[in-house]
Amino acid sequence: MNLAAAAFAAALLAAAAAAVTAGMPERRPVVAAGTRGGRRSVAATSAVDRRRSAARSAADRRRSAAGASSSGRWRAVVAGGFGAVSGLAAVVAGVAAMAGQTWSLDLPGVLPLAGVRLVADPLGGLFVAVTGAVAVAVAVYGIGYPAHRPVRAAVPLFVASMLLVPVAASVGTFLVCWELMALASLLLVVADHRRRPAVAEAGRWYAVMTHLGLVAILIGLVLFAAHAPSDSFAALRSAAGELSPAVRGLVFVATLAGFASKAGIVPLHAWLPRAHPEAPSHVSALMSAAMVNLGVYGILRVGFDLLGVGTGWWWLLVLGAGALSAVYGILQAVVSTDLKRLLGYSTTENLGLVLVGVGAGGMFAVAGNHLLAGLALVAALLHVVNHAAFKTLLFLSAGSVLRATGTRDLDRLGGLRARLPATTGMFALGALAASALPPGNAFVSEWLLLQGLIHGLPVSGVATAITMPVAVAVVALTAGLAVATFVKAFGVGFLARPRSEEAERAAESPPSMIAGMAVAGLACVGLAVAPAAVLPGLARAAGVADRSAGEPVAGAVTLRLTAVAGSLSPLLLVIALAAAVAAVLAGLRLAGAGLARRRARLWDCGAGPLSPRMEYTATSFAEPLQRIFDDVLQPELDVDVTHARESAYLVESVEFRRRVPDRIERRLYEPVLAAVQAWGRAGRGLATGSVHRYLGYGFSALTALLIVLAVTR
Amino acid sequence: MLGAVLQVVVVVLGAPFLVGLMRQVRALAEGRAGAGVGQPWRDLRKLMRKEPITPHGTSEVFRLAPVLLVATSVVVAAVVPFASTASALDPVADLFAVVALLALGTAVLALAGLDTGTAFGGMGASRAVTTLALVEPTLLLAIFALSVRVGSTNLGAITESTLQHPASVISPVSLLAAVALAVAIVAESGRLPVDNPSTHLELTMVHEAMVLEYGAADLAMVELASAMRLTVLLGLLANLFAPWGIATDAAPLALLIGLVAFAAKVTLLGTLLAVGEVSMAKLRLFRVPELLAGSFVLAMLAVAASFFLA
Amino acid sequence: MRLWRKIRRTGRVAEPAPPRAAHDRPLAPELRGSVQLRHVDAGSCNGCEIEISSAFGPVYDAERYGARLTASPRHADALLVTGPVTRNMAVPLRRTYDAVPEPKLVVAVGDCARNCGVFAGAYGVVGAVADVLPVSLEVPGCPPHPEAIVAALRELTDR
Repeated sequence: MNLAAAAFAAALLAAAAAAVTAGMPERRPVVAAGTRGGRRSVAATSAVDRRRSAARSAADRRRSAAGASSSGRWRAVVAGGFGAVSGLAAVVAGVAAMAGQTWSLDLPGVLPLAGVRLVADPLGGLFVAVTGAVAVAVAVYGIGYPAHRPVRAAVPLFVASMLLVPVAASVGTFLVCWELMALASLLLVVADHRRRPAVAEAGRWYAVMTHLGLVAILIGLVLFAAHAPSDSFAALRSAAGELSPAVRGLVFVATLAGFASKAGIVPLHAWLPRAHPEAPSHVSALMSAAMVNLGVYGILRVGFDLLGVGTGWWWLLVLGAGALSAVYGILQAVVSTDLKRLLGYSTTENLGLVLVGVGAGGMFAVAGNHLLAGLALVAALLHVVNHAAFKTLLFLSAGSVLRATGTRDLDRLGGLRARLPATTGMFALGALAASALPPGNAFVSEWLLLQGLIHGLPVSGVATAITMPVAVAVVALTAGLAVATFVKAFGVGFLARPRSEEAERAAESPPSMIAGMAVAGLACVGLAVAPAAVLPGLARAAGVADRSAGEPVAGAVTLRLTAVAGSLSPLLLVIALAAAVAAVLAGLRLAGAGLARRRARLWDCGAGPLSPRMEYTATSFAEPLQRIFDDVLQPELDVDVTHARESAYLVESVEFRRRVPDRIERRLYEPVLAAVQAWGRAGRGLATGSVHRYLGYGFSALTALLIVLAVTR
Repeated sequence: MLGAVLQVVVVVLGAPFLVGLMRQVRALAEGRAGAGVGQPWRDLRKLMRKEPITPHGTSEVFRLAPVLLVATSVVVAAVVPFASTASALDPVADLFAVVALLALGTAVLALAGLDTGTAFGGMGASRAVTTLALVEPTLLLAIFALSVRVGSTNLGAITESTLQHPASVISPVSLLAAVALAVAIVAESGRLPVDNPSTHLELTMVHEAMVLEYGAADLAMVELASAMRLTVLLGLLANLFAPWGIATDAAPLALLIGLVAFAAKVTLLGTLLAVGEVSMAKLRLFRVPELLAGSFVLAMLAVAASFFLA
Repeated sequence: MRLWRKIRRTGRVAEPAPPRAAHDRPLAPELRGSVQLRHVDAGSCNGCEIEISSAFGPVYDAERYGARLTASPRHADALLVTGPVTRNMAVPLRRTYDAVPEPKLVVAVGDCARNCGVFAGAYGVVGAVADVLPVSLEVPGCPPHPEAIVAALRELTDR
């Protein structure tokens, strides 16, 4: 039993311990009858008594949610501690697996037909490590975040299921772990459904889409396993060579559909902007930063590892879907005024960029240029890691804002810098990282991705000649729009003055939540200055996918590309910027900027005073971009005029509403849903209630079947 | 190292003179006498003696934005090969990194505009990031087109390769990329026809609207940074397509010749830009995307040409 | 192309700078060589505005002495105030002055700004500019000649 296996087992055990600790029912302190404890026995006959007991039970619920009673708080701390230990152990397990310490476990009796088979290799280890790191931040954050007992108990189970998926090594195990993950996340998404109706709708969308994805993956993998001696991944790998191109294509497309849906790729992304805002914020962080990565893991595992590299059009499809998601996701994020919905669409964008890298890597591998393929894959995997770090940070900060103000609407926030200084600093760090600007961490992975794309131009003929420039243009456009999105989110949401009473009354979050954010922030900073620490592991993970990838990026302080010419030093860039800032400040001091600063009234053209309603809102900030891209976004305008009763020429009130819907939902989902409904309604016509008709159905079906069998035998 | 320091000094000292020259060209075209090439430096000197003001309700973002803006321009001025092809910080002298550093400056200034909480600040910030988002594809594709021939996006490598193959400058790839880059640089540095730096009408402002609250040393830094960004962008355009005169070794005489050549080229480009600005009116805000889309198409054609004609 | 032919034909329009009268120490030594001006119309009939725009136009070219008009008072060193101070503009004028960083000056341009001119005693007028702000320099005339405005600006910039 090596370190990787031991750490993995420890991670699972710690997760179980966290779940048990958080899930144990709270012991009620013993009280005299007639007071709180005797609630059930005393019949509350008078209205006053009834109100009093209702108030007491509401207070109990609130207390149990906030963990304010001392035993509840200790339980939250212990559960959080176990969760953090579980995450740390998972990181150790993943890093050890990436360093080459693989292990495998075979339990044929555990599942009825299939048995459980677990194998850890560098690719799976990477995703285990990423999930573990996110789990650490979420566990620490969850200590202070107000959540009910079921949520606190389900989060470690969710983490455990996400840890199992990357090490599953047979079709049965994989599907069972995948479904466990889906169920755990579904439970967490609908946690608040009694208080808000939008949660129930989000839960329904999520449930249906994740299970449709499961069906697609099931079809693909079972079709694959049907052509192989057994359902273990090793058997599938060896049987891949004998499959016909049609079967391989079908397996790839079916699994791609399921995994892409989980990764939030357009057009199967509709669950993401619904589920992420409605889930509790640390659950949103887990989903956005850990769960969606498993979609990418699935594509890499099935497309590269199990099926062998395959043919060019597969990866062109992946690249196209990734490019489309990147642009569509960031466009929707730019015009979104709901903070968490913006972050959800940003996840679609980043996973789209990852798939652009994966698709480019696949195309290069098919063309035979394995060094470039390794570069593109490493860029994609580094972006997965970077995205996990900054998305966790952003969602946890958004949760802090939500808890302090009660609203996610950017148009009602603002002025949080003075009221929530730590959260503002954390969000600023996350926003810098998410906008792919130096000195953030996503800049490095985007640089690597761009290097892979531009050096791929001469690789294989007209296909790459057209796709590489388009891909570079897409990456550039998303980078520019991401800057706009996060300037909007940070500038409108946190700076200037509060736009509503809720923002004015905001108070800073408890230290455990800030500590959770700080963990994610440290990860972002570390990845920004020293990405070379994770690159060898990523190269090994990419090597599982494309066996001759090699080491595409070398060097510690300066990242040097081995296959092509190119180098970048993130650390030197940060140092240069810091030195320049110091030089500018010193220059200011020398130039004698000596007069003391005066605090003055804002320049409001002399009239005034400036009310918070005069500040730019998120809607107005994004309006030029929405106008420029309105062919893509197609906003819906609604003008409602109420005329005065006396005369139709006099207007009493005008209501103007403009929303930017998800156009893919409008054009693609609604017709499909309408067709399914119509089909269902038509089916009702069959059930008339007449027994004779039902007997007639049975008779005619049997006769038809017998005729068909007779003819085809 | 010496080259980097000299470059920064030349850019910092020379940028206001470039702005003064462009204003003087405009004045002469308008038949006026003009204030002289040294007027921007006089303005900066006077601004340093004024009283700094922090408006109520702003935060450190407002205070730090000018410093960061100048700092990013200083890093770009130090890193890009203007005087010599051997950059002091070669691992940072990557075209993507330089473009991203300039974008960082714009983003920080946009945040400062939003921090004021006034409608003008928000409007300027919104327009500035919209222009930035639309310029990025053109910039990156033009870089792509340039890098195909050289095999790298390292600025030193591209400059050296152009020095060794002078005829490649007249190829369709180079010409298309040059025109696309020129339009993108006009947009990035906030000059006509995208933005008018001397307008008084707030509804026509893009860059100026974000800095209406700044005074004294903060305003001096913003103006200096704006002039430095124009200088480094023009210098980049010059040295990517016409690098002759640049030093290829570390000899002091070669460095001096390189600096003089850089100054001469930037002066020439600045004069041409000023002449162009006199001939043009500012575009309506919602016509700017059409202009930038045109430059994007040119950049795309440059990349296609680099593949099909290679 | 037609534009450039016209530019070449027109040539230089600016009149040569008149000689500088003997002067004592400048109003604000920090502002030597460079003065940014923010114009505030406190209630004028716009006659002075036309003369100011003429002073900054090609013929008189006040910019060559280092003066420039700006949009924001925070960028300005001096206020160019025209017209008598009307009731509605008294507070905005005061706020504009407060928004200017030190060292700052006020130039009252035209007779109305100096002593309400033809509007003295009118119901909508609060007073001359000197009743609301500390005036450093006055330019008489209704409207003042552009040469007078330029001479006043040259006193500010000392050029």
